[in-house]
Amino acid sequence: MSTSLETFSTLRAEQVSVSLGSNQALREVSLRVPQGWTAIVGPNGAGKSTLLRALAGLQAPDSGDVLLSDRSLARMPPRERAMQIAWLAQQGEASGELTVRELVHLGRLPALGLFTAPSAEDEARVDQAMRDAECGVWQQRRLNELSGGERQRVLLARALAVDAPWLLLDEPTTHLDPPHQAALVRLMRRQVQAGRIVVSVLHDLSLALLADRLVVMQAGRIRAEGSRDDPALHAALIDVFDHAIRILKLESRWVAVPHLEP
Amino acid sequence: MDRRRRHRLAIGLALITTLLLIGGLAAGSEGWSLTQLAQTWHSADGALIVGQIRAPRTLGAWLVGALLGLAGATAQGLFRNPLADPYLLGSASGASLGVVLVLAASLLGGHSISLATADAIARIGLVAAAFIGALLGVMLTLTLARGAQQTTRLLLAGVVVGVVLAAVSDLVTSAAPDALRGKQAFMLGSTGFLGWGSCAALALGLLVTLPPSWRLARALDALTLGVDSAHSLGLALPRIRLALVVVLALATGIAVSQAGLIAFVGLVAPHLVRRFAPATHGFTLIASAAAGGTLLLMADVLARSLIAPQEVPVGVLTALLGGGYLIWLLHRRRVS
Repeated sequence: MSTSLETFSTLRAEQVSVSLGSNQALREVSLRVPQGWTAIVGPNGAGKSTLLRALAGLQAPDSGDVLLSDRSLARMPPRERAMQIAWLAQQGEASGELTVRELVHLGRLPALGLFTAPSAEDEARVDQAMRDAECGVWQQRRLNELSGGERQRVLLARALAVDAPWLLLDEPTTHLDPPHQAALVRLMRRQVQAGRIVVSVLHDLSLALLADRLVVMQAGRIRAEGSRDDPALHAALIDVFDHAIRILKLESRWVAVPHLEP
Repeated sequence: MDRRRRHRLAIGLALITTLLLIGGLAAGSEGWSLTQLAQTWHSADGALIVGQIRAPRTLGAWLVGALLGLAGATAQGLFRNPLADPYLLGSASGASLGVVLVLAASLLGGHSISLATADAIARIGLVAAAFIGALLGVMLTLTLARGAQQTTRLLLAGVVVGVVLAAVSDLVTSAAPDALRGKQAFMLGSTGFLGWGSCAALALGLLVTLPPSWRLARALDALTLGVDSAHSLGLALPRIRLALVVVLALATGIAVSQAGLIAFVGLVAPHLVRRFAPATHGFTLIASAAAGGTLLLMADVLARSLIAPQEVPVGVLTALLGGGYLIWLLHRRRVS
């Protein structure tokens, strides 16, 4: 149904450094985001969210550059960038009196701008996004009447409604119960099949190990990058978490569990 | 259900406003009576009183309230804070400093012209001083905050400007103590001086500020998602913020210059609207203007009739009504 997909666009960070106050959040990070679904993982404070924000063009690098198909995001007109890259914030920021439908509708802003009235096609995109995120039944409810997991699905629908080729999600599984976590994974895979490229910061390592590729971060640097089956990647993952996890194979999938023995 | 609530609010506001407009024409120094209004209307003096004093005052009160309601809704959306108030960017302290400076200067200069002329000059001088003071206050805040890039910095700069300008005002009044009374009258707010000229200025103010803020309503909607999300939707936030701050400064500046510092209307009107009919900002902004107008008109009619032939300062009434409403709100929250 999508017309705006540019599957051949590339997104890469080149020597990106970002400091937040006195904290060096990213140190000369270079990354070419691969096709498919990539999960960014790492301990707290490793710079995962900052990297995602930089890739989304929301955090201007102190040095280095983020390039979308060889054009610097920092110099791109905001609406053009917004039509290419949809972004989902960590939960907790959204507030206000909008109904679920009005809120999801905001995803059409990049395409419409502030002053154009939505067309039937925009309404159809909003409907589709709410169906995909399974939140259509709450159309007329308000955000503050929903549970954490329900809100998360609404905000995800808002990001899907942008209908951008790049989908950048910061902790999309927060507050979701296991059935909806599984639904989210299926949804991300469907997005990839539709030609989108998905990048998500994930706290839950077992969910992250379902992604096509993983980026392991530590102290503002990329420690390892590779496919979910890569033993070197597993070793790096165990190492950045201070050997406090084990990675096991279970029914042909990888799972990470806490390592309790001293 | 939402649409029905919005309709109900609009109809309710229109009805109450109509009643209050009639009330505003009928309320005079002999108290409050419709038969008297009819009698007054038919006498030559009466037509003058109603047409030249009560009518502009009534309409002017509504317009001042509407500007404050609009400014309040804009500020609350812009700062993503339901407690934001139209005066928080330094416009109030800037306007009072302007008034104090003009009062002190005219007191120090002394009068050598007729009392009526001096009065008129002082009046126009005060209006201009308050308006320019309000705008300069906001500009100073913007300069200190280095533009409208960050809302926290804007708010902080607004607080700093408020404190510093108030201190300068105090310094001036301590040098020219006679300016203190004028300052106090200004701080209390009054609808008593509103004539047709004020109405024209206020209506122009509403015409200049309502359309642009309404056009930016969807940006305010997007800001409810958080600043980053609004940014990710392609909004040029620094420019949008600047435009909204200008709207805020103009709306508050014009209202303050005509009626002084009227408390709580700008804070409470958007609250009431969101409570009765939560909606997108496209509706909230316009309904807050209407609700602000209704609230101040109500306070004005009450101010004129409560202890007629004397008047309660209208700012005292809005503070009591608005404060009462907020206390009730707090109480309800605690109970539920």
